[in-house]
Amino acid sequence: MIRPLILTIALLLGPSLAFAGDARRDAIVADYAKADAGHAGFSAQRGETLFRTQWKGGDERTPSCTACHTDNPRQPGRNAKTGRPIDPVAVSVNAKRFTDAGEVEKQFSRDCKNVLGRECTAREKGDYITFMMGQ
Amino acid sequence: MILRTLLLATLLALPFASAARAGDDWVPPVTDPLVKKECGTCHMAFQPAFLPARSWNKMMDTLADHFGEDASLPADKAAAIRAYLTQNAGDVVGQGRARKYMRHVAGGDAPQRITENPDFIRKHQLPERVWKDPKVVTKSNCPACHVGADRGFYEDD
Repeated sequence: MIRPLILTIALLLGPSLAFAGDARRDAIVADYAKADAGHAGFSAQRGETLFRTQWKGGDERTPSCTACHTDNPRQPGRNAKTGRPIDPVAVSVNAKRFTDAGEVEKQFSRDCKNVLGRECTAREKGDYITFMMGQ
Repeated sequence: MILRTLLLATLLALPFASAARAGDDWVPPVTDPLVKKECGTCHMAFQPAFLPARSWNKMMDTLADHFGEDASLPADKAAAIRAYLTQNAGDVVGQGRARKYMRHVAGGDAPQRITENPDFIRKHQLPERVWKDPKVVTKSNCPACHVGADRGFYEDD
């Protein structure tokens, strides 16, 4: 009697759980955690600060992440140099985000240089992804 | 009967009409998935016919400083992209609008900006407000105005 109930719950919950998470994204975050010296968890709040801070460290056209991604990561953005539309960064509206490790590293290495004027740390990358996973 | 003949004539003439238009404002579109993806993320994947092969070689030699951007790629991907761009370059393929663009490129020159070709400049004498439109941002943002740009169509929109 109880078994069919569990099965029903599992069937109902299964798809939503699968949608919310992605093993590839979890693996990317886990790799950043490993590379983060003295790791004590990633913080969505620190990620949001990273996203909204006016760094003005790189290209003058991209003083912050929001220069291209807008103030709302659930909205599409636009490349501030080329005008090319950019898909939303928030995972809730763009489930493909942060699922290809090579792409993620390539984009961080380009964008961090242009916005912060330096490489991002593993902690910053993990925080950023954690913030976007809750958006 | 007359109607049917007229219809037939129209249908027969259609491909020629579109071909004539295609010749003037068309270049072969990018078909390679790797080129589409790697060259089409930050900006539109520009059709290789707009520049000669030596321009693309220079472009691929200088990816670390790609118009001020570090656009470096893994060697295997870069080699595949270079092969596609040079094999479909304007001086190699010479189809459609590319013929006109190539007329303005002196032998040995390796221009990097498509927007500096005299044929581009001649066709884009537009008021400043057009370029200041927030959707345009820069002259190389073709699809902001040419809705068929990704497919190689550059009619006056």
